[in-house]
Amino acid sequence: MSSPVSALGGASFSEGIARIDEVALQGMITLRGDLSDPVVQKTLKPFGDGDLPAAGEARIEADRGLAWMSPDEMLVLCPYAAAAETVAALQEALGDAHALVVDVSDARASFVVSGPQARDVLAKLCPVDFSPAAFSLGMFRRTRMAQVPAAIWPRQDGALQLICFRSQARYVFDLLSVAAQAGSEVGMHVQG
Amino acid sequence: MLILTCPVCGVRAEETEFHGGGEAHLKRFGPGSSEEDFQEYLFMRENPRGVHFERWRHAYGCGKWFHAARCTTTLEVFGTYPAQTLEPPKDLRAKISKKRPGWTWRSLT
Repeated sequence: MSSPVSALGGASFSEGIARIDEVALQGMITLRGDLSDPVVQKTLKPFGDGDLPAAGEARIEADRGLAWMSPDEMLVLCPYAAAAETVAALQEALGDAHALVVDVSDARASFVVSGPQARDVLAKLCPVDFSPAAFSLGMFRRTRMAQVPAAIWPRQDGALQLICFRSQARYVFDLLSVAAQAGSEVGMHVQG
Repeated sequence: MLILTCPVCGVRAEETEFHGGGEAHLKRFGPGSSEEDFQEYLFMRENPRGVHFERWRHAYGCGKWFHAARCTTTLEVFGTYPAQTLEPPKDLRAKISKKRPGWTWRSLT
């Protein structure tokens, strides 16, 4: 059997003002449905530690959690190997509820931007206020990163993680590498 | 640059995160309608200097459509409101009247 590979084979960049690492194989499941439906809510709650993220929020710990994508879409994060069984469990729990569950793990790529100037690196690419006060732990922002869509959230360890489409992984990695190149300090939101 | 607030997800962002969808509140005339109505629906658009109502989509965010009221000369955004409405809400129109007394847009004042 073939073994799964991530888009860039775990590429990383460390010769600049921030460190960029591709996240190896992250399980991602899209749930489309009415998020106000009690059955949908009950199904999703265990994945968010008993709590559902509101608009613009996420409940993510390491490689597990929930992220609010839109009023009718929730992203479920789980370990890559557990994606198939999680889809089955979700479908089982949803029963007859009008919802769609799809494993999108292989359709996306994910990166972690870390270091004291991680926020500045992303701020160069997105029309978003990345100050620690405006973008704090528990928040989740879908936005535009140069010319492609991306979704970004702060991690417990102070780094920022993002997901993008797999077909755009190389573009996003190159973008981040250029934005983080040595000597390109901005000094807006330096942390730590 | 326009700063829009998506009424669906609450995100306040600049216009490159959105995509314009043309004039708001068009009434569609399809098969069976008169040629005048169809021509009016298909080709005739408002091109005002001042208050304007448009459709926008939060293309890079939640992906949902909404309506926006703005001024075409100053790019001031008076407000945004859900897509599921046939005309601008009363309070928004009152707000615009305060800022632009005597404004008109199609049959609205």
